[in-house]
Amino acid sequence: MGLIEQLALQKQTIVHKWFARVIASYPAETARFLSSQKDPFANPVGQTTRQSLTTLIELLTSTPDAAAMRAALDPVMRIRAVQSFSPAQAMGFVFELKAIIRQELPAKELTLAQWATMEQRIDQMALEAFDLYMQCREKIYELKANEMKDRTYKAFAKAGLIKEPADE
Amino acid sequence: MADETPKAAQLLAKINYTPQAKQWMDVPVQIRKGMYCYAGNPKSLEYLGFPNARQWNPVEEDWKLPENWQQILHEGFKERLERFRSIKVFMDICVRCGACADKCHFFIGTGDPKNMPVLRAELLRSIYRNDFTTAGKLFGKLAGARPMTLEVLKEWWYYLFQCTECRRCSLFCPYGIDTAEITIFGRELLNLLGLNIDWIATPAANCYRTGNHLGIQPHAFKDMIDFFCDDIETITGLKPEPNFNMKGADILFVTPSGDVFADPGTYTCMGYIMLFHYLKEKYGLKVTWSTYASEGGNFGFFTSHETMKRLNAKMYLEAKRLGVKWILGGECGHMWRVIHQYMDTMNGPADFLQEPVNPITGTKFENAKSTKMVHIAEFLADLIKHGKLDLKPERNDNKILTFHDSCNTSRGMGMFDEPRYVIQNVANHFYEMPANTIREQTFCCGSGSGLNAGENMEQRMAGGLPRANAVKYVHEKFGVNMLACVCAIDRAALPPLMQYWVPEVQVTGLTELVANALVLPEEQERTTDLRGEPLPGMEEADE
Repeated sequence: MGLIEQLALQKQTIVHKWFARVIASYPAETARFLSSQKDPFANPVGQTTRQSLTTLIELLTSTPDAAAMRAALDPVMRIRAVQSFSPAQAMGFVFELKAIIRQELPAKELTLAQWATMEQRIDQMALEAFDLYMQCREKIYELKANEMKDRTYKAFAKAGLIKEPADE
Repeated sequence: MADETPKAAQLLAKINYTPQAKQWMDVPVQIRKGMYCYAGNPKSLEYLGFPNARQWNPVEEDWKLPENWQQILHEGFKERLERFRSIKVFMDICVRCGACADKCHFFIGTGDPKNMPVLRAELLRSIYRNDFTTAGKLFGKLAGARPMTLEVLKEWWYYLFQCTECRRCSLFCPYGIDTAEITIFGRELLNLLGLNIDWIATPAANCYRTGNHLGIQPHAFKDMIDFFCDDIETITGLKPEPNFNMKGADILFVTPSGDVFADPGTYTCMGYIMLFHYLKEKYGLKVTWSTYASEGGNFGFFTSHETMKRLNAKMYLEAKRLGVKWILGGECGHMWRVIHQYMDTMNGPADFLQEPVNPITGTKFENAKSTKMVHIAEFLADLIKHGKLDLKPERNDNKILTFHDSCNTSRGMGMFDEPRYVIQNVANHFYEMPANTIREQTFCCGSGSGLNAGENMEQRMAGGLPRANAVKYVHEKFGVNMLACVCAIDRAALPPLMQYWVPEVQVTGLTELVANALVLPEEQERTTDLRGEPLPGMEEADE
């Protein structure tokens, strides 16, 4: 049986362990809440994270699809980009998946080539996560800049204090 | 000894991403960029008569405190415990059951345990126990007490300005502890040391001096409204002539200045002007604006009781001077909490005003019997209920709406159905967000109580996550593209929140929707809405 097939069989266990690792990046009191509250509106961080991880594991076991992977990573990266994580902490969870898969799938049954494919897919995931993280941070800075610009410029413009050059 | 330098692999193996499990008192505060607002401008503090006005920076070690700052805090604490029975009770009765812990949008969004309302309150309770209880004095940390240090003070400042006083947590407290009041109290203490944020101090000072947050003078305020009248003329062919400072008018109208100066609130403001024009033409109702009471919002509420009272006083003073019958209030959040819960006892009784009756429908606004001030959503719902407005809801057909309950109008004054009734009569597509995110359980925009500055954008995005998450759900399920609200801070804070989390959704005020649907007497055929966007079916006419 190939790596992908084995991974598909172990999907639930792997998602479960991966989720536990991601949630452990939060303080203990928070982690308890994030993993126990099942209502997605009372606990958007926990439930969005769980959903994202589940989709990502499903994508690992199917034909590579960069756009789908990006769409699955977006919600979780969007959250982690505004929380108190360093960039490495925000996206480090992607690399943790390698260790989890190695633990769960007996290495001796797998070929080097299979591992190489899997690692490549996870690395691809990490690169997507990094892009998304940066996009989110850039969006935050854009929003900050716009807030400042709008408040002064628009107030001046409305008060008739800004004169555009007249058309010749 | 030869090989002491660790190898890269050894170092990597030591990386542990799991935070250490520590008692909360042992976790030192880290003031993180993006999570706090700039310090208050000393000029604004001076203007408001607050002590210790000076330049300071929260991330610098030295906060330039007065030498006896601990004594000032202790005495301030003591004075307020004697003055406010509620604070004394709230300090004593919490059993740390944890019902509030996971209800705060800042805790849910940031994941920081000190944003659990119970822990935020513990920041103050630990000092209360140390200074004012026998158990705390005898047993110290064992009894949950700790002395006031600079580290603790910084923690107070950081977390008391990570609470929007929205009161969602108090809804779940079996003892009815109002954590917002604990924050209000804590911020009042911080003000004794000159520890405010500029986004609060400067609007409060401007309000006190010129009557509104931006410090816009009376003539400029009038100019702005005149500009809106020009825009209304372009859209409808009719130019309203609003009344300013009109003695003997029936009703004084007060709204937050955000509606006059900040998009998309400006469209709501155009809505008010059109509504009053309609009521004047049809029913002869005389509503007046005031350039003196030109601010409904009250950032004094976020500093001290005294400042709140001083800023609020303008409403009754102006109503008395103009000799109106009662006051109509625009779409605002905390303005309504101040009116509903404090104004009557703080600056009332307003016995020179009449108990509000809608002169067009005869409806008595029993709920406003004492304050003499009616919310515009109540007023609109009453007019619609009696068929007094000529409406074309199909003009809003391109808007698929949901409604965000402002914390202060929902939890602060119990207004749930009026805005929904209005929306459903002026638009045809309306969908509710999930039940545990609306009405009394509504999630805050994440930027209330003076936290809608630009520099704390990470804080605002994290705090607004639970609200945005529910909007995202109705966007994906029903195609919602417009988030309606009845609060000026919401109108300023929700657009960036949506741009980050659900960029497909825009934000509108309630009265803007009404004015889009409202058919003014003798108006020209409209091709656009108030924003200049083509009306449904008019896409070609607009080109």
